[in-house]
Amino acid sequence: MNVMEPQSQLLMKEEKTRETKRMSGSEAVMQSLINEGTTMIFGYPGGAIMPIYDALYNYHDQVHHVLTRHEQGAVHAAQGYARVTGKVGVCFATSGPGATNTVTGLADAMMDSTPLVVITGQVISSLLGTDAFQETDVVGVTQPVTKWNYQVRKAEDIPAALARAFYIARSGRPGPVVVDITKDAQVNEMDFKYEPVKAIRSYSPESPIDFHQIEEAAKLINLSRKPLALVGQGVVLGNAEKELLEFLEKSGIPAAWTLLGLSAMPSDHLLNVGMLGMHGNYGPNIKTNEADLIIAIGMRFDDRVTGDLTKYATNARVIHMEIDPAEINKNVHADVPLLGNVKKTLPLLTGKITKNEHTDWVAEFEACFRIEYKRIIEKETAPDDKGLRMGEVISKVSSAFNDDAVMVTDVGQHQMMGARYFRFKQSRSVVTSGGLGTMGFGLPAAMGAKLGAPERPVCVFVGDGGFQMTIQELGTIFQTNIPVKIVLLNNNFLGMVRQWQELFFDKRYASTELINPDFQTIAKGYHVPAIKVTERENLDDAIKQMAETEGPFLMEVLVEKEGNVFPMVPAGASVSDIRLE
Amino acid sequence: MKTPDKEEFTLSVYSENHVGLLNQITTVFTRRHINIESLTTSESAITGIHKFTIVVFATADNIEKLAKQIEKRIDVLKVFVFRADEIIHQEIALYKVSTSSLLGGNEIEKLVRQYGARILEITPEYTVIEKTGHKEETQELFEKLDPYGVSQFVRSGRIAITKTKKELLENYLKKLETDQTQLN
Ligand SMILES: Cc1ncc(C[n+]2csc(CCOP(=O)(O)OP(=O)(O)O)c2C)c(N)n1
Ligand SMILES: [Mg+2]
Repeated sequence: MNVMEPQSQLLMKEEKTRETKRMSGSEAVMQSLINEGTTMIFGYPGGAIMPIYDALYNYHDQVHHVLTRHEQGAVHAAQGYARVTGKVGVCFATSGPGATNTVTGLADAMMDSTPLVVITGQVISSLLGTDAFQETDVVGVTQPVTKWNYQVRKAEDIPAALARAFYIARSGRPGPVVVDITKDAQVNEMDFKYEPVKAIRSYSPESPIDFHQIEEAAKLINLSRKPLALVGQGVVLGNAEKELLEFLEKSGIPAAWTLLGLSAMPSDHLLNVGMLGMHGNYGPNIKTNEADLIIAIGMRFDDRVTGDLTKYATNARVIHMEIDPAEINKNVHADVPLLGNVKKTLPLLTGKITKNEHTDWVAEFEACFRIEYKRIIEKETAPDDKGLRMGEVISKVSSAFNDDAVMVTDVGQHQMMGARYFRFKQSRSVVTSGGLGTMGFGLPAAMGAKLGAPERPVCVFVGDGGFQMTIQELGTIFQTNIPVKIVLLNNNFLGMVRQWQELFFDKRYASTELINPDFQTIAKGYHVPAIKVTERENLDDAIKQMAETEGPFLMEVLVEKEGNVFPMVPAGASVSDIRLE
Repeated sequence: MKTPDKEEFTLSVYSENHVGLLNQITTVFTRRHINIESLTTSESAITGIHKFTIVVFATADNIEKLAKQIEKRIDVLKVFVFRADEIIHQEIALYKVSTSSLLGGNEIEKLVRQYGARILEITPEYTVIEKTGHKEETQELFEKLDPYGVSQFVRSGRIAITKTKKELLENYLKKLETDQTQLN
């Protein structure tokens, strides 16, 4: 034991009180959050997190807490918030069922690289491992779906754990982090001092830039005659939208985007040739196998983008610009891997390439677009037959908000239609569940998006299936008065699954037809104004009413029951085998 | 298409010494349905840094991806992948035979000498024999002893050191420092 002289002991104590403040672990949680710039928390209380909620009560002028109706909703809302703001989304949940309810949201955020810090309460440390009431091994359960997780059992460890959590969540390739705090750690007193984390020895968020590879990439670009850029969410996460446009405009290279890369460049940019993948545009899919060079910018070659890998980009060399080393050569071999944040690598590359135009090559995409327009887009957005179509609704809603709203979607046909037909002027305007494809994501994510970007209109497209997975969040929308515009595209089907049944299972509609409740009555019950559109002639007025309503609004549109999303690259097929019907 | 051949690889995983790390590492294997042949953990030569030695059969392509996925875990410092000729490795095996069968003839004693094994303990009922070596060697001795009645047999996981002079990790830690200066 360390025996100190009385005098120096006194000095030490004085020093401590000057730098630190005595408080409970729960208050330390709040103070740590404030130190990290948190102003919004989504959550749901319960026994094991009550001390933290009690501390929160004192901070209502600094931190806004949104009480959702389910912990899954809290996590999706935090995701929506994080995606539009670029900040870390923060959630509270209690132990046991509260914590397990966050798992879907965590997995979703892990797949889509969304920075989150989820704080869960845990039983008292002396009860750990005894199957105590509402005890779940949260660290064990969430390990595969988090970037990092940690259990805090001592009040004094709280600030350091949270500092680490925030640093890990937002640095490098962002992701969700769980900090599980035992109830005694929340209650016990500690000396608070906050030191943000700036580095962790075992973790390199960014690799150093390899300048030789920049030269190699520039050489390939300068020699290429048919280059195609693939834009992913890495551009958005790296805040590299400007750097992207400078690169594209100097090189003259046409760019296609992944679902999460959508809105990284304006919809009407001349070099924007559309969406990649299963329900993407015709041009970028078939031209992938004609391109002699693929420049992947912050994207990970998901199977929904590539289709059959053995028949993917068969004539192309590949430059892969990526922050996460584990993505290099994971699905597609990179001839030139360019590790690092694209915010830094793009300008270096732009500096090395010669100014160029690929007029003929870009024109080939335009020709493809004309084919697609005639065969698909026109029929979808300006149909002359009777039934209402998702595409026309989406396109009109986009126009009603001057093509400058934030679009949130749920998962299904309406999601693909949204990605295809909504238009964008600025980045961070899309919140959708890409990697995990989580039905029920849309409504809560829209709440978070609206709270993150209150000055922008936020429009969420939901299907009749997914809407009912988190429909209770209408309660949050009412209680918190979140003015989101909800567009329910009701086809009385689990449409996307039905489409597959039609195309690949002989129209055997096993358990995909929905007998739905009266959504108008439900909206009314939650005090959310609503309108139902069944005829085309009423659509414009309804959209106008929705756009002009101050608060939240639900517009339900009865659309064609058996409409399909085309083009389509069937699962496992080559991008060259894209079907137009 | 011909599926590429699986080979034996030894992974040296260096990590911070935190609770739960083993789980973090093993889930990377389970998720890809790769069976771990052997696993040992210990302190490394650098204080505070833990070392896992893992032996698996996998294709060269898979092992590279696997190593990156392990390295991606926040608390993992570095993963090195070795083929058999790049490392010196050893395992230890213990065999329990009845003392009467040892005394009943000189066959067991002969095997102990021949295989460079040694006798750890003799009691009136049983004798414990220890042998270090590669798996094939310890396995061979087991098969030779078996006819005389082996009542217990256990083999450790592999431990390995590289043929290079120092812990590779030291070089890596130095590189980290220089990278850090470039990034800042
Ligand atoms: C949680 C969850 N369960 C199941 C699925 C599989 N799935 C994908 S799309 C879809 C149908 C969605 O139906 P709906 O919400 O009505 O949207 P639509 O396709 O009709 O536009 C289903 C069941 C999923 N993605 N997520
Ligand atoms: Mg539907």
